[in-house]
Amino acid sequence: MVKEIERAGIPVVHMCTVVPISLTVGANRIIPTIAIPHPLGNPALDAAEEKQLRRKLVEKALKALETEVEDQTVFED
Amino acid sequence: MGKVKVVHYLNQFFAGIGGEEKADTLPHIAESQPPISQQLQKLIEEDAEIVGVVVCGDSYFNENLEEAKAKVLEMIKSFNPDILIAGPAFNAGIKAFSAMYEENPGVDVFKKEVYIIPTADSAAGMRKALPAVAKFATKLAKGEEILSPQEDGYFARGVRVNAFVDERGSMRAVKMLVKKLKGEEFETEYPMPVFDRVAPNPAVKDITKAKIALVTSGGIVPKHNPDHIESSSASKYGRYDISSFDKLSEADHETAHGGYDPTYANNEPDRVLPVDVLRDLEKEGKIGELFKYFYTTVGNGTSVANSKQFAQEFSKELLENKVDAVILTST
Repeated sequence: MVKEIERAGIPVVHMCTVVPISLTVGANRIIPTIAIPHPLGNPALDAAEEKQLRRKLVEKALKALETEVEDQTVFED
Repeated sequence: MGKVKVVHYLNQFFAGIGGEEKADTLPHIAESQPPISQQLQKLIEEDAEIVGVVVCGDSYFNENLEEAKAKVLEMIKSFNPDILIAGPAFNAGIKAFSAMYEENPGVDVFKKEVYIIPTADSAAGMRKALPAVAKFATKLAKGEEILSPQEDGYFARGVRVNAFVDERGSMRAVKMLVKKLKGEEFETEYPMPVFDRVAPNPAVKDITKAKIALVTSGGIVPKHNPDHIESSSASKYGRYDISSFDKLSEADHETAHGGYDPTYANNEPDRVLPVDVLRDLEKEGKIGELFKYFYTTVGNGTSVANSKQFAQEFSKELLENKVDAVILTST
């Protein structure tokens, strides 16, 4: 899906846990996330901390969308 | 030589421990051989013996790649095997190969490094592939010559091998050309690699003015999955209005996705589709607007052709609605 969205001309950031799969399917902007069943959360944290964690990840994704890339790029910390 | 020593690597499902709810199973050595290993043992018993079965949960492995790889490898090596079956990720000087469905992303990731035998896309298909797996294992371990992908039935690895043939190249080329001109089937000797890559789009100029849409393959749907999106091999996607939601909750949304433990997503769907955070960012003026609809499907075993078609369709709608950028989340 990520490739077709990109092909349509819309910049897209892929947030996922298994980065090698994201690279294989051809995502260009990639944000590694927490875990397969809860990519944007961590049930071990309390609700406020968890939301803070999610916010950081989403802000990273927005930053990636604002960043020019030439090729597939994994935005590490 | 004596019998070939085989280590069989399995995920939690084939080891008979459980499905998605057990995908966090830690790496361990199975105390007794699970049925699939017993079946394989029967098929290879003349030449080989399964000396150990190493098991690890899929999620645990993928989420702890380095650590899991090291642990599993240590366990495999403890058996001092001649061959490892089903361990594509371990490049450790042990002859290894695997069996996978052709759309499994692992095929593209690993086919250059290990032999991969094609299977159907189901557990039943994996059992049917066992005879081919057994035959290949015996051959590989004995050091017999592995023939071409067509002859020995594995995914082409992109390796070129020198060979003598009766006709010289120019003759073969002309014959192929003649067949092509006649519209007949012909087989190229040098298939071009298919690189379906899409170049990145330019960055969003001003994210504080941008209209952002959420898309997910994590199966988030309104409570009770009104359009019955399948839990695996999805044949459809959904478009749902989130304009009235400041956050998602278990009262109004859930996941339709099979293949991973849905508890965390069902209890707090924002963990997969971060509506809460994007709504905050929208209020704070950090993004222009969160698009009123999100698009969703289940990525579990869904064919590449379907996923492609879904995204081609909804991308048109995104364009019509002047969406500037997409955040796509996957589980």
